[in-house]
Amino acid sequence: MQAGNLELQTSSRPFRLAVSGDWTLAHYAALKRRVAEVVPQLQADSPVSLDALGALDTAGAGLLVELLGPARVREAAEGLPAERVALLRTVAAALDQEPIRDIPHHYGLDDVLAHIGRTVEAVWRQQRTLLGFIGLTLESLARTLPRPRRWRVTSLVAHIETSGLDAIPIVALLTFLVGAVVAFLGATVLADFGASIYTVDLVAFSFLREFGVLLAAILMAGRTASAFAAQIGSMKSNEEIDAIRTLGLDPIELLVLPRLLAMLLALPILTFIAMLSGIVGGALVCVVSLDISTAMFLSMLHDHIDVQHFLVGMAKAPVFAFLIAVIGCLEGFKVSGSAQSVGEHTTSSVVQSIFMVILLDALAALFFMEMGW
Amino acid sequence: MAGDEVLIEVRGLVNRFGSQTVHDGLDLDIRRGEILGVVGGSGTGKSVLLRSIVGLRRPNAGSVRVFGENLLALGEEARSRIERRFGVLFQRGALFSSLTVQENIALPLIEHAGLGRDDAEHLALLKIALTGLPASAAEKYPDALSGGMIKRAALARALALDPEVLFLDEPTAGLDPIGAAAFDRLILTLRDALGLSVFLVTHDLDTLYSICDRVAVLAKKRVLVADSLERVAATDDDWIRDYFHGPRGRAAQQVAAPLQETP
Repeated sequence: MQAGNLELQTSSRPFRLAVSGDWTLAHYAALKRRVAEVVPQLQADSPVSLDALGALDTAGAGLLVELLGPARVREAAEGLPAERVALLRTVAAALDQEPIRDIPHHYGLDDVLAHIGRTVEAVWRQQRTLLGFIGLTLESLARTLPRPRRWRVTSLVAHIETSGLDAIPIVALLTFLVGAVVAFLGATVLADFGASIYTVDLVAFSFLREFGVLLAAILMAGRTASAFAAQIGSMKSNEEIDAIRTLGLDPIELLVLPRLLAMLLALPILTFIAMLSGIVGGALVCVVSLDISTAMFLSMLHDHIDVQHFLVGMAKAPVFAFLIAVIGCLEGFKVSGSAQSVGEHTTSSVVQSIFMVILLDALAALFFMEMGW
Repeated sequence: MAGDEVLIEVRGLVNRFGSQTVHDGLDLDIRRGEILGVVGGSGTGKSVLLRSIVGLRRPNAGSVRVFGENLLALGEEARSRIERRFGVLFQRGALFSSLTVQENIALPLIEHAGLGRDDAEHLALLKIALTGLPASAAEKYPDALSGGMIKRAALARALALDPEVLFLDEPTAGLDPIGAAAFDRLILTLRDALGLSVFLVTHDLDTLYSICDRVAVLAKKRVLVADSLERVAATDDDWIRDYFHGPRGRAAQQVAAPLQETP
């Protein structure tokens, strides 16, 4: 076992090249550097001796071919044992057809800019695709609604169960806890002004107008949008969507409409439950730590809070439901092939739907405030 | 080409899944420099045998001796050193989908051969050329490749560390006949050039006739016969008769004969 070496003997003209030792993977890095040093000094007619060559594998053979070029390797290999000739010839033939060209890595400022450009373009394209998909879904909905025979009732009910009914415990528990936290915060801040009684208004206002629908929608975005994207995505990668198309069926009608309608029904109900549960959480804190009796709480609720706050909150639920369902399904349809793609689009569906929900909620808050509702 | 030195020696192998016994006292030798074709009906445990030999599955009983050492009795590090002398091509390629073809091949070179990234990727391009892939495939991700290209890329990764034994699980399944024949020729060329021993699980009769030195038939939970193709085909067994002398077997025999002789 002797490390591979490459000797350029400059004593005679033309220079002689002596290859010795093991030309194997273990010595690859050193030999590659040595080859790079020698190649520029090499003359086209330098004689080569491979007699002292030890072990040889594809890595070493590749370097010899790069050193001498395919044609001269074939020449120099003559006289070596048969299997070595075969190896050198095979490698030379492969590199003859496809010479190695290193693919440069560069990580410059222009790459960063290009990346930013690509990302912005992708966001723009995504919004256009989303609008297109919304149009497609509405069109398909309009076509299906007048024909009750084409309603997928079983699928609709199944989706209502998984995305609505099954989500009630988590939605109720979470909003109950947030309601309690808001009441605590209100009590702490308002106590300084001697107005801790207005904690009732704080809890009721925030949950009816904002928190009820927002928390329910964010939970749905995490829970249901991801499920839709993963379900449809794995069907896509399994070619089931193509199978649906070749059977003359409409995947939008079959897969998207039941999910969309289920969300449109489930989210308002969940929003209502979230509002109630948040207010109950706040009420519990009021009763236990602020000495506001239940009767007092209810009468304040009745006197101070108009029904329009409830309506403002509920009005947002169907809009959020529509967006969450459409984004989840669209990301599912965008899956291509691999398992990794399913994961990427599932993540993307959650991020996008939460983003859209919060963005729209902010816009809606501005709008309702300006309108004085 | 095939010598008599035994590289892998399987003795008394038993594999059970619950109450179902797949192998019961299976014996098999793999010799240096040979291409051993393993055939058998569906469910006879061809892939299980492959997984037992390369150490992905611990058999219920029996021994697997590789390069003279009992793989099952070795410690983690010694095993890993031996496993580096194996190259495995899985049925569907099993390329890492988050890496490009070039990075897939460079990975074992960086991890095991200790090469720097640039050297490893340079050498990866050589392996890509060696398996007959166009250089433009190097930067592609596996989901952008056709079935035949995935097989070639996976073969390039299996060859990354210059293994001594190559395990191929149905290498030509899902390829068109032209692609399959080219892949067969590639394996034969690489075997001759690199001195590989090849363990080949296949259903493809053309592959068996054109490149295998020996054929092992798995049936009745063991290796029924392992010998040259003519002798295996002449064995008196119903399954073997149906397999080799059915219409597909006869056609393959007539077509494939010349490939063995061409250098």
